[in-house]
Amino acid sequence: MENYQVGDLVYVKTKDTQYRGIVMPSLEEDMLVIKMENGYNVGISKERIVSIEKIDRGETPRYKKVGITPKRREDLKNISILSTGGTVASRVDYNTGAVHPAFTAEDLISTFPELLEIGNISARPLMNILSENVLPLHWKRIAEEIKKEVDRGAEGVVITHGTDTMHYTAAALSFMLDTNIPVVLVGAQRSSDRPSSDAPLNLISAVIAASEPIKGVYVVMHGESGDTFTYLHEGVKVRKCHTSRRDAFRSINTIPLAKIYPTSGRIEYLRDVDRLEGEDPKVEINTNLEEKVALIKIYPGIDGEIINYYIDRGYRGILLEGTGLGHAPEAIFPNIRYALDSGLLVAMASQCINGRVNMNVYSNGRKLLELGVIPCEDMHPEVALVKMMYLLGNYPLEEAKRLLTVNLKGEIKKSTRFDCY
Amino acid sequence: MELDYKKLGLKVGLEIHQQLDTDRKLFCHCPTTLREDEPHGEIKRFLRVSQSEMGDIDRAALVEWKKGKCYIYQYYNDTTCLVELDEEPPHLPSQEALEVALQVALLMNMNVVDEIHTMRKIVIDGSNTSGFQRTMFVAKDGYVETEYGKVGISSLCLEEDASRRIEEGEDYIKYRVDRLGIPLLEISTEPDIDSPEMGRETARRIGKILRATGKVKRGLGTIRQDINISIREGARVEIKGVQDLDLIEKVIEREVVRQMNLLDIARILRERRAKVVDKVVDITELLRDTRCKVLQRALKRGGKIKGILLKGFGGLIIREIQEGRRLGSELADRAKVIGGVGGLFHTDELPNYGITEEEVERIKNYIQRELGMEITSEDALVFIGDEEEKVDRALEGVMERAREAIEGVPEETRKALENGNTTYLRPLPGAARMYPETDIPPIKVDRELLERIKDNLPEMPEEKLERFIREYKLNRELAEILVTSPRVQLFEEFCEKFRGKIKPTLIGTTLENILKEVKREGYNIDNLKREHFITLFEGLVENKMSKEAIVEVVKGFAEYPDKSLDEILEMKGLKSLSREEGEKIIEEIVDKNIDIVRSKGIGSMGIIMGKCMAVLRGRIDGKTVSEIVRSKIMERLKE
Repeated sequence: MENYQVGDLVYVKTKDTQYRGIVMPSLEEDMLVIKMENGYNVGISKERIVSIEKIDRGETPRYKKVGITPKRREDLKNISILSTGGTVASRVDYNTGAVHPAFTAEDLISTFPELLEIGNISARPLMNILSENVLPLHWKRIAEEIKKEVDRGAEGVVITHGTDTMHYTAAALSFMLDTNIPVVLVGAQRSSDRPSSDAPLNLISAVIAASEPIKGVYVVMHGESGDTFTYLHEGVKVRKCHTSRRDAFRSINTIPLAKIYPTSGRIEYLRDVDRLEGEDPKVEINTNLEEKVALIKIYPGIDGEIINYYIDRGYRGILLEGTGLGHAPEAIFPNIRYALDSGLLVAMASQCINGRVNMNVYSNGRKLLELGVIPCEDMHPEVALVKMMYLLGNYPLEEAKRLLTVNLKGEIKKSTRFDCY
Repeated sequence: MELDYKKLGLKVGLEIHQQLDTDRKLFCHCPTTLREDEPHGEIKRFLRVSQSEMGDIDRAALVEWKKGKCYIYQYYNDTTCLVELDEEPPHLPSQEALEVALQVALLMNMNVVDEIHTMRKIVIDGSNTSGFQRTMFVAKDGYVETEYGKVGISSLCLEEDASRRIEEGEDYIKYRVDRLGIPLLEISTEPDIDSPEMGRETARRIGKILRATGKVKRGLGTIRQDINISIREGARVEIKGVQDLDLIEKVIEREVVRQMNLLDIARILRERRAKVVDKVVDITELLRDTRCKVLQRALKRGGKIKGILLKGFGGLIIREIQEGRRLGSELADRAKVIGGVGGLFHTDELPNYGITEEEVERIKNYIQRELGMEITSEDALVFIGDEEEKVDRALEGVMERAREAIEGVPEETRKALENGNTTYLRPLPGAARMYPETDIPPIKVDRELLERIKDNLPEMPEEKLERFIREYKLNRELAEILVTSPRVQLFEEFCEKFRGKIKPTLIGTTLENILKEVKREGYNIDNLKREHFITLFEGLVENKMSKEAIVEVVKGFAEYPDKSLDEILEMKGLKSLSREEGEKIIEEIVDKNIDIVRSKGIGSMGIIMGKCMAVLRGRIDGKTVSEIVRSKIMERLKE
């Protein structure tokens, strides 16, 4: 009976009725899933099947290559698009229901012909990883690949990235890259196979941003639920703040750098920015990272043993995500002292996410300062974590401690705007 | 004209869409209610179709895409959520809706699939925020019996309803998402229907089955019928949006006539070796000084006038194909839908509309020269004036339709008009526009649940009618009204609650006849809720009011839904009187009319009764009044 495979056209008789359609992959052993001629998938319980007749062998879908060779335009910048996972463009095979990612420049351009008006586009896949599976070693690889692109003449780089950890990658690249061109991370909250996907406008905006005379690492995502504008966020001040909305990414403790109107191509700067013109694109990278840094969230009743666990595992840094202005229960003070005595860098960010840590206001904070805990100013916890990894990977402990409270890439702003919250 | 539909090879299939009246929407936990108050906000979006692997683009999708519109969605903060706005993944489907679907499947003798898969059906008109409609194939191959024979039911799908179209502008369409996500059953019949009457009966029968579940929405727009019609040598035409059952018959009749006439026209066109000349001629300059208002307006806005030659079409464009609709109407429909122009001119109806004989001659001569072809009275010219780009698109549409006219009947989707005629909507949708909804795992159909539903299937209206007559001792007329009433569940609930205290006939009359009467008098009966009726019936049981007061109390609640029964009775002067109070009033009336009583004896009963009821109606039971009047008269006569 099992003389058919996925893709075959079959005629299935069950005890009560019959079905005709193409065999689909099924997650369950005892279920045959077919796509009927009306387009619907249905599952047929194998134990109810009387006979299966194969009518036709499955055809491997032919891939039609899009015949576009875009002409280089002297008036446009060279923009490299590197994909790391997820899909900003995809094709749907309605015969099988399969969604195929589109990675090449040709694919992207045939899907989003607007890109031709913005830059000379080249594109290639770097890796295909769900963003929740991204590791620090992937940050390093992305940094290396960006360098390769710039060495080959890229004047702007766009990285497509899954949204879950995009802001960690943005922070890591911010510290690892020293460049005079824009590197723009972009993602989508609605997958690109959907007509309502936010990917097209986000990608177009990212390419617009990558063509701007700005430098550093940025994130571009929808600015509101509608498709009217996107925001250009600083890579060290941005965070995913909603599980599902298009405007999930927010600038934290500052406002976005610019508003981009992708349909008109207009970009409106909301803050002063250093504009660079006429320099040759260059990038230096420093990919040293200390991965043994832990992020521990404080909560009522937390067991300080967890700190000891990390210490005993040879960790070199612990970031506490404290309550309020940067507090932790006295019950874990001995564990914190043990960490500091063991030569760890212990720092404090706030689980409020918004606002600056200030440990001078209450005695709890003052005691933590006395113990040697470093306050992370207005950095949100994820940025502080990545910065600790970078610092501990490159500097001795005391220097790392000092640099943690010094602004390196825009991650610390000594004044907080009133209108950012 | 009596037509022999069998001989014509009429084949009709129905597709019925019925909204379900469930607690929540199919893929989120919002209520299934529509709102008319000001929405709380709007969101503007664009849609883009993914390329298909095969490079094929669906015709219907392409038409929508070409329009290049943006979509504005209106939402409410408290009765719609992120799911409708495509800002949150769908929740697992409503179990209640699934069970209703299974119930209907079993009532229509269908085979339920073992595992239900949610699919995304691409719909690019913006009515779904996601750009697709989520839909599930639930069951297949069933049938319903009609008095004209069995009709096969090919499929039952459970899907989400789309947003409501609120307004449309040049470059946008505004939708309200309150309707988006209301569960919808889609029932498709086999093309087994072979006469207009059978079409109507089948829809009626399916409607009855749906209502038997007690879980379907009622009222305008809650059930929508699409009709697929073809005759031999004709073509499948899908007619959308027939909301009225009685229209089904007429739509089928008129579509048959339409297809017959189109076939006849095609035959003549082929005899004449008719041909659509594939060249558009700019005739703007010839009409620079025309008196035709429509063209003047187009020219004033910098537009163009262009024409085409339809060889062999002369005299046929004004041929009527449906009452009041000509072949010209069909050409104009395409021009309107595809080009977005207001209409077209053709030589069959000229000179007219301010276009002179001379102008027509001038155009004819010019086009004759331009095309190098002779134009005779057997030919026709079509021309349109508007923005150039619109004119070009519109004429392309007209040429396509004219070419189809030579072939016969085009396959297309048409929209039903109120008189049973139809107009062009779009090409038939292609089939392959579905792919799996990966956000919702497949749902195994629990065989035990299916058995349980099978054992508890709702009564069909005929069975219910007999039971009502038997069990509640209703007369047939009232029973018939009740079984098809949206209040049938209330009726049964009240009969149970007030068993032995209030006769079912009185409950039924209150819920139907009295309610209708009150509505007719202009009261808003939508204010009346279940609790009002319970209060009213309790008032009857506790003798707070009399049967005669029901009408006034119902009116009172309709007017003041927040007042208590006592307040209503007080306001209406209907507070029940005790027997003693009644006796006192009646005694006074008898004494005032003692002369009549004395002269007529017990024969004065009618007159006195009338006078008493005028004062006491609604405040004390009529039967009691009659008793007291009789005893008082007897008393006085004895004196």
